Amino acid sequence: MGFTLAYFSLIIMLPLLALAIRSAGLGPMGFWAAATDPRVLGALRVSFVTALIAAAINVVFGTLIAWVLVRYRFPGRRIFDAIIDLPFALPTAVAGIALTAIYAPNGVVGSLFAPLGWRIAYTPAGIVIAMVFIGLPFVVRTIQPILEEVSHEVEEASATLGASRFQTITRVLLPSLTPAILTGFALAFARGVGEYGSIIFIAGNIPFVSEIAPLLIYIRLQEFNYVGATVIATVMLLISFALLFAINLIQAWSRRRYGYGH
Amino acid sequence: MATKLTARRRRKASPTSESPLVQGLLIALSLLFMGVILLLPLYAVFHEALSKGIGSYFAALLEPDAQSAIRLTLLVAAIAVPLNLIFGLAASWAIAKFEFKGKAFLITLIDLPFSVSPVISGLVYVLLFGAGSVLGPFLKSYGIEVLFALPGIVLATIFVTFPFVARELIPLMQDQGSGDEEAALSLGANGWQTFFRVTLPNIKWGLLYGVLLCNARAMGEFGAVAVVSGKIRGQTTTIPLQVEMLYNEYNATAAFALASLLALLALVTLVLKSALEWRFSAEIAAGNH
Repeated sequence: MGFTLAYFSLIIMLPLLALAIRSAGLGPMGFWAAATDPRVLGALRVSFVTALIAAAINVVFGTLIAWVLVRYRFPGRRIFDAIIDLPFALPTAVAGIALTAIYAPNGVVGSLFAPLGWRIAYTPAGIVIAMVFIGLPFVVRTIQPILEEVSHEVEEASATLGASRFQTITRVLLPSLTPAILTGFALAFARGVGEYGSIIFIAGNIPFVSEIAPLLIYIRLQEFNYVGATVIATVMLLISFALLFAINLIQAWSRRRYGYGH
Repeated sequence: MATKLTARRRRKASPTSESPLVQGLLIALSLLFMGVILLLPLYAVFHEALSKGIGSYFAALLEPDAQSAIRLTLLVAAIAVPLNLIFGLAASWAIAKFEFKGKAFLITLIDLPFSVSPVISGLVYVLLFGAGSVLGPFLKSYGIEVLFALPGIVLATIFVTFPFVARELIPLMQDQGSGDEEAALSLGANGWQTFFRVTLPNIKWGLLYGVLLCNARAMGEFGAVAVVSGKIRGQTTTIPLQVEMLYNEYNATAAFALASLLALLALVTLVLKSALEWRFSAEIAAGNH
């Protein structure tokens, strides 16, 4: 017990405290000035907008994949189920250079779009692709267990009452999956905002266009501008905590409403 | 024959499932998406690594800087993983078997490193030990370098891999309760005997599962380590950092060759993880990570 708290305080709490103290040392005016620097705002906007788009794409395909994996039987299902976790296991730098090789103008997929004048790598579209890759398992793995718990009786009841299959899915099944979908969305979004390794290779890193907030923290550190780095980090942490809080609220609400959740 | 036909027709008309055509379309769409988003990058790593032949592949792996990166990565994992294993055991033991104030808060805090950007995980150690901090110059006066050296890399790795073992074991140990331990104690076993003969065998597969994921992340961590390592070639570059340096020097083949080692590690991790899930699903608390 004592060991747990001591180790935890040393490894996690002490460093975070250092961050908070450095931030607080700036004073509100200094903090505001550093946080509203145009390049900082640009980087935060790029990070949050691309993460939002990627999380939205992941919600659509993640829900579809969870549905297919839980409800349908087809050869290779277990292998595809295992492959979902690949983004958890594959180091981000490896994913980054691999995605860049695929979506660069001379890559397998990039060369398909190059003649149309569309560039994916080295633009914000590349950032979205990388965030879709790392965020997908969060959505699938959040929805899967809930979908397995949904009882068939509800669907049968809905069908016997004359609902079409489409009505049953949109009016009966989707509402009970909504908390899981929202949680998956928030997790994928939070991961996308903080992601660094898989993005920096494919992004192009042009300030105001494709420079993400974590990269700007890294750049500030290389310049020994610890204050600038700390301010960006604090803003990102505050937003992440707000998100975590929202996830907890969703789960508490879902437990009350549906009697399960996690 | 006749019964088979009616059975098939009945299944086709089932009001609680989709028609085979819709099913086929949805399956095809899912597999296509997974193929492009997940499998294609994995294939690209090995394709690019071997693009100049097997000879230059092994030459890239045997190069001295690559060798030192491999050694450093193994060393960092060998320190960080056991420490987090011990912590994970202690934390889940404390949380599952005892009641105390602030327990729910502690569980939430353990997950914290998952929701913090890896770059920020590195940054906090720079603030703690870097120039202008209190601790850094103090340790330096005793000749201990933390930043841009092994201790910093290990600390950053411990930070990001901190939750893996604990979050795997907490639900598992909570499920099992402390009945077995109470029985062992009442039969005269002491604390350590109870732990090694009763608790540990009960949780061994869940523990292995957590260690597996912890190790994969420890060897592959990039953002946090990039911030604290200083990237001194041959000294403080782990495999992922060496991959980045080679890639930025337009030495893509060598970068992908080293990257393929990490991709292999990821594949082995996935295979072992799935094997554990299939065989011991009841003994591993299925959660999301």
